[in-house]
Amino acid sequence: MKYKIILILLLTPFCLFAQNELLNDLDSIAEPITNYEAATFKTTRLITGHSIESMKAGQLEFRISHRFGKLNSGAGQLFGIDQAIIYLGFQYGVTDWLELGYGRTPDEKTYQGFTKLRLLRQSTGKTYMPVALTYFGSMGINSTAWDYPERDNYFTNRLSFVHQLLIARKFTENLSIQITPSYIHRNMVPTALESNDVYACGIGGRYKVSNRTSFNAEYFYVIRPANVPTVYSNPLSLGVDIETGGHVFQIMVTNSRGMIEKHYIAENASDFKKGEIYLGFNISRVFTIFGN
Amino acid sequence: MKKAIIIILIFGLYAVSNGQDKYMSKTGHVSFYSKTPMEVIEAHNNQVATVINIKEGTIAFNLIQKAFKFERALMEEHFNENYMESSKFPKCTFSGKFKDFDLVNFKNTGSYKVVIEGDMNMHGVTKHIKTNGTIDVKNGKIYGKSKFNIKPEDYGIQIPGIVKDKIASTMEISVDITYVPFK
Repeated sequence: MKYKIILILLLTPFCLFAQNELLNDLDSIAEPITNYEAATFKTTRLITGHSIESMKAGQLEFRISHRFGKLNSGAGQLFGIDQAIIYLGFQYGVTDWLELGYGRTPDEKTYQGFTKLRLLRQSTGKTYMPVALTYFGSMGINSTAWDYPERDNYFTNRLSFVHQLLIARKFTENLSIQITPSYIHRNMVPTALESNDVYACGIGGRYKVSNRTSFNAEYFYVIRPANVPTVYSNPLSLGVDIETGGHVFQIMVTNSRGMIEKHYIAENASDFKKGEIYLGFNISRVFTIFGN
Repeated sequence: MKKAIIIILIFGLYAVSNGQDKYMSKTGHVSFYSKTPMEVIEAHNNQVATVINIKEGTIAFNLIQKAFKFERALMEEHFNENYMESSKFPKCTFSGKFKDFDLVNFKNTGSYKVVIEGDMNMHGVTKHIKTNGTIDVKNGKIYGKSKFNIKPEDYGIQIPGIVKDKIASTMEISVDITYVPFK
């Protein structure tokens, strides 16, 4: 009797594991893989500032951004909607880690070329990397007519440069945070009091409220010398991302009407506290030029 | 003495059952295909792990969702983010049995039509499915093929109205595996 029980006990594994045993076998042969986080943000901009996301190889993004006039300009101006300014831009993924972009903003009729390099990807598994890191660099060319044509005006005076490190982490499926140390250099500034170099640090994030909608916020702290009076204030933007397949719509309120870093971060003259707020939206459309 | 023989026999059985009765693949191919007048979506996964126990007539699959490759990077992102929710449900597993597997001789060269029945777990939902397939035995390898349809909504995968004309309500799944003896 005793033996029979032992026999039954010893045989039970055959019956019990007959089904799951095979799945366990599969787990045992599985090789460790690196699990890369994807889609830390819905699109290549958090709101106006760049996010760590870039186009994958062969993908082209066409972006149209609008910023309207001041919200408090009254019903006569339809709360600023009569005075839209428009940015048009393209960005293309040469490889999964290199993106080249071009854009044109009406502020100082600036043409901007930029590049984004994905240096680190957030991952778990075989390789652990807590954050994603992307470098953003750009050059802008001011194309307005010279204010003083009689002076010696050099082409280099039109140039401005931006370097940013975009550091982001997707904490949960819903919450992603990005920190953006930034350096902006302007070859020519409006007055001698202003420094050619501007240092700033941005913080922003998104919270997904559904698979296709998220709330975003973005703020840049701009370091300015305390002893020099300034007309500029720090940009703060709040927005909503809505993704519909190939398009992402971003709707925002912001106190900075600029659409590239030089105007958005370094030369923002509107103050949130004074009610100098603008409505705006971005539309992003992604095209596949070369598929996998 | 009798006890000892029984124990040896039982352990012997364990050893046998873990030996040459199993065939496996780590590079199995599974693809899905969705077609509407607006859009064709196709994705391939070449890292499917699967094993057959020819003695028990059982079969299992383990598939990593993020290993599906699409022609368009954005589709891949949306597949993982919006539909499969791959961070929450990284794997799809199947565990099933061959019906009438005694009719299949896995050791000798030959071609067989088979019916497989079992449980598929995907997106946190387990469903019983039944599908037809073919088994070809050649040169000590087992070639398994199958085609069947699944409906995303059966697995709790919502397709919003705005993309309903781009994503088919029924997906065609193709499975193509070359099994080698388990090592």
